[in-house]
Amino acid sequence: MTDEELNSAATGEDEEDIVLADLPDDELVEQMHDDLYDGLKEEVVEGTEILLARGWSAEKVLNKALVEGMRIVGVDFRDGILFVPEVLLAANSMKGGMELLRPLLAETGVKPIGKMVIGTVKGDIHDIGKNLVSMMMEGAGFEVVDIGINNDVDAYFAALEEHKPDILGMSALLTTTMPYMKVVIDELVKQGIRDDYLVLVGGAPLNEEFGQAVGADGYCRDAAQAAEMAPRLLKERREAIGA
Amino acid sequence: MHKPVLVIACGALAREITDLKRSYGWSHLRLRCLDAKLHNRPEEIPERVREAIRESRADYEHIFIAYADCGTGGALDGVLEQEGVERLPGAHCYQLFAGSRRFSLLSSAEPGTFYLTDFLARHFERLVIEPLGLAEHPELRDAYFGNYRRLVYLSQTLDAELVRAARQAADRLALAFEHVHCGYGELESGLAERLSRWDDDQEDLRLLA
Repeated sequence: MTDEELNSAATGEDEEDIVLADLPDDELVEQMHDDLYDGLKEEVVEGTEILLARGWSAEKVLNKALVEGMRIVGVDFRDGILFVPEVLLAANSMKGGMELLRPLLAETGVKPIGKMVIGTVKGDIHDIGKNLVSMMMEGAGFEVVDIGINNDVDAYFAALEEHKPDILGMSALLTTTMPYMKVVIDELVKQGIRDDYLVLVGGAPLNEEFGQAVGADGYCRDAAQAAEMAPRLLKERREAIGA
Repeated sequence: MHKPVLVIACGALAREITDLKRSYGWSHLRLRCLDAKLHNRPEEIPERVREAIRESRADYEHIFIAYADCGTGGALDGVLEQEGVERLPGAHCYQLFAGSRRFSLLSSAEPGTFYLTDFLARHFERLVIEPLGLAEHPELRDAYFGNYRRLVYLSQTLDAELVRAARQAADRLALAFEHVHCGYGELESGLAERLSRWDDDQEDLRLLA
């Protein structure tokens, strides 16, 4: 090996750049998963453009490339391999691809599989988890109405009245604010409308027992699980009421 | 002669507890600290505390935990109940230092408040900027702090250098800065109350003997 070759091997400078457009579909999708994992937004957007140009439907690009890529990120976050900054960068990359796909998905007129109103509870302004859930739910085919942060009972009820969703999602990061979820659910019960909605709750300090204790239909450990759980629970609920 | 008491503490409280130990003359207090970085993975705190309790149980009659709930959502209390050990009051060290009432006023006045203690002001780069990836990716600032409006520095000591560091932290996060001096708050009262109760118990036993 020459000095030059040794040097390039050590620095990796000789490594060929991958030309996304030269990759066959399956390799391109795998590369997009890697790029999404590494938070490379420009590459994810470029991959999305290439697949669309090759005649892939927006729905197929969304599911095979973006949602699946983000699912892998979610698993590694859960396992402690990735941390919040990497997840945010990955989410930002997915968002780049979604921006291209959103108008195309709307054009196709595909009916959303359900509608969700989501917001963080009163006193809580931490919305990283909520934003990830919104994105993954959108990726799973839901119409998502994000009512933002610091929502009291009145704000949740106004959104339910206005948007008539199938699902109410509540998120909290603080142990001091998470009990407010019970206040909202108790008010739903009091007004006799609890069974009109699936109620899903999530947030770092929550767990399965807490979800049950406050009377939610489901506790979502992370965004990927929310996107998996919501369609399943909604389907079960619709079958149960014969809708 | 006091029997040795073990305090298992969050590393973020090491300096403060050491200072209280010196001020109160608690020579029988032994301190064992767990890594403050555990706060980035609060779900690991309960089991790490349990391990520390079990490793030390044979050597100490009394063990006390210098943690608040610290984002464990009650899981730490579950472990402590099983182990028969008590902890400091409150949800986190901000509440511990500020006191419940003052903290409640601060957080309800502005939910978008980011808090620093002396410890966090001293290690802001290592414990806030680095774990959040902000040095490498300043574009993530809005994802983390977009909903925050101010940074409140809850100081334990009056140290001009730390006030300056806290103010710089606020500038770096583009937040308004406020300084509220708290001292050691419920860390001091919680430890003092617990240690004096054990001392009284020991005195009673001595008199009975």
